[in-house]
Amino acid sequence: MIALILRDLRLAFRAGGGFGLALAFFLIVVVLVPFGVGPETGRLSGIAPGILWLGALLACLLSLDRVFQLDWEDGSLELLATSALPLETLAFAKAIAHWLTTGLPLVVAAPLLGVMLNLPGPAYPWLAASLAVGTPGLSAIGTFGAALTVGIKRGGLLLSLLVLPLYVPSLIFGAMTATRAAEALDPLPPLALLAGLSLAAAAAMPFAAAGALRVNLR
Amino acid sequence: MPDLGRYATEVLTAYGVSIVALAALVWLSVRQARRVRRRLEDVEARRRAPG
Amino acid sequence: MSSLWEYANPRKFMATSGALLPWVSGLAVLCLVGGLFWGFFLTPDDFRQGSTVKIIYLHVPAAIMAINVWLMMLVASLIWLIRRHHVSALAAKAAAPVGAVFTAIALFTGAVWGQPMWGTWWEWDPRLTSFLILFLFYLGYIAMWEAVENPDAAADLTTVLCLVGSVFAVISRYALLFWNQGLHQGASLSMDAEQNVADVFWYPLVTCIAGFFLLFLALVLYRTRTEIRARRLRALLAQERTA
Repeated sequence: MIALILRDLRLAFRAGGGFGLALAFFLIVVVLVPFGVGPETGRLSGIAPGILWLGALLACLLSLDRVFQLDWEDGSLELLATSALPLETLAFAKAIAHWLTTGLPLVVAAPLLGVMLNLPGPAYPWLAASLAVGTPGLSAIGTFGAALTVGIKRGGLLLSLLVLPLYVPSLIFGAMTATRAAEALDPLPPLALLAGLSLAAAAAMPFAAAGALRVNLR
Repeated sequence: MPDLGRYATEVLTAYGVSIVALAALVWLSVRQARRVRRRLEDVEARRRAPG
Repeated sequence: MSSLWEYANPRKFMATSGALLPWVSGLAVLCLVGGLFWGFFLTPDDFRQGSTVKIIYLHVPAAIMAINVWLMMLVASLIWLIRRHHVSALAAKAAAPVGAVFTAIALFTGAVWGQPMWGTWWEWDPRLTSFLILFLFYLGYIAMWEAVENPDAAADLTTVLCLVGSVFAVISRYALLFWNQGLHQGASLSMDAEQNVADVFWYPLVTCIAGFFLLFLALVLYRTRTEIRARRLRALLAQERTA
């Protein structure tokens, strides 16, 4: 399983592997927001937590169709499926690899981008914490969506339609954590709920993803 | 026609759009059913004819 | 008494549903036309809401059925998952567009009703928002059915999607309560409430709910029949191609 994660990481870092693409997308979304809503710092700092969370979520979504697609096209997914490794473990490993290549860089980059949006001071640690806790859940849910759509040509659009509604609870709790911190309220309850959600997703989603993969590999 | 007072537009829009939506749903279902049924009958007749 | 599972046989289902369909659709039309006519022409205006109260005869039944159609799809999907009855999977597929239209009606009538009452078309209220999310789930579910070529694979994948979607729909519902306090009133039809809507509104409303339910039943029977025929057509054509 660890070998699988390392393999995925190596593939991602290789040229054309798509690592950094999500990060660049995140940066662009955040840069575009002030053009849309105007440069007043007061307004920007009010919506900064929501924008940062939304940007991270979309960046996460962008790289999801790569999770299984490449392995599916060159047939290595079928090889992996026939190996001794259970498909559930495979899905879990894929989710971890996706998080390491997409979620983790987003967590690191978010506070830097927060400066550009004039995020209020006390919100920084909570924003980073909420992303660190929430993005693994996004990766786990997204892996399920990728497993559902792996056999479909041009499944990327369908993937977004399926996965985005599933992201609603994570987005609500995640953005609320940062917003409450910015408004000097207690940010712990939404963070705890977000953590619960991510843990539940990480525990349950590999089984759903493996079920979908089994159907698609039939 | 009952007197709908000053909310006549809202009430009539709600009824109008809802009834149109339901009618469209029924119409599409019927159209699809007819098409599938006709094609199935064609195929079954074709298979029966030579054999 | 024969077993319920006999209706999982497509031939048996076709015979029974064919016999039932005229009755169910007749009753549906009767209840819908009767209930809506009764509600629209024969009930008084509410002293606070004026004539907008008449929207209730569309809004509440559509909203109730929007949720119950999803539940029915969930049950049908589970039956497919556990017992592999094709009719069940096809019934879930047939129900989804009906549920989507009911959800759209509930959202639209709610917006039109909210405009004069709350002064806004749309309010990010938990109830409204969860219906919007439910609508998105319906769209995703329908799109999933359309996207997969192999019918058995499509049935399996949409089943998984329906199960996961149901869990997330419930989570979203409670997440939204946490997120925003709403303008929407609480349940007005619960069985244990002391004060429900007044009788003059209650009887036509129940008739409309029955009408929406029967309409749903008729449409699902009808559309499932279409799906069974389409499946048979597909099989025949595939046979011809290989022969």
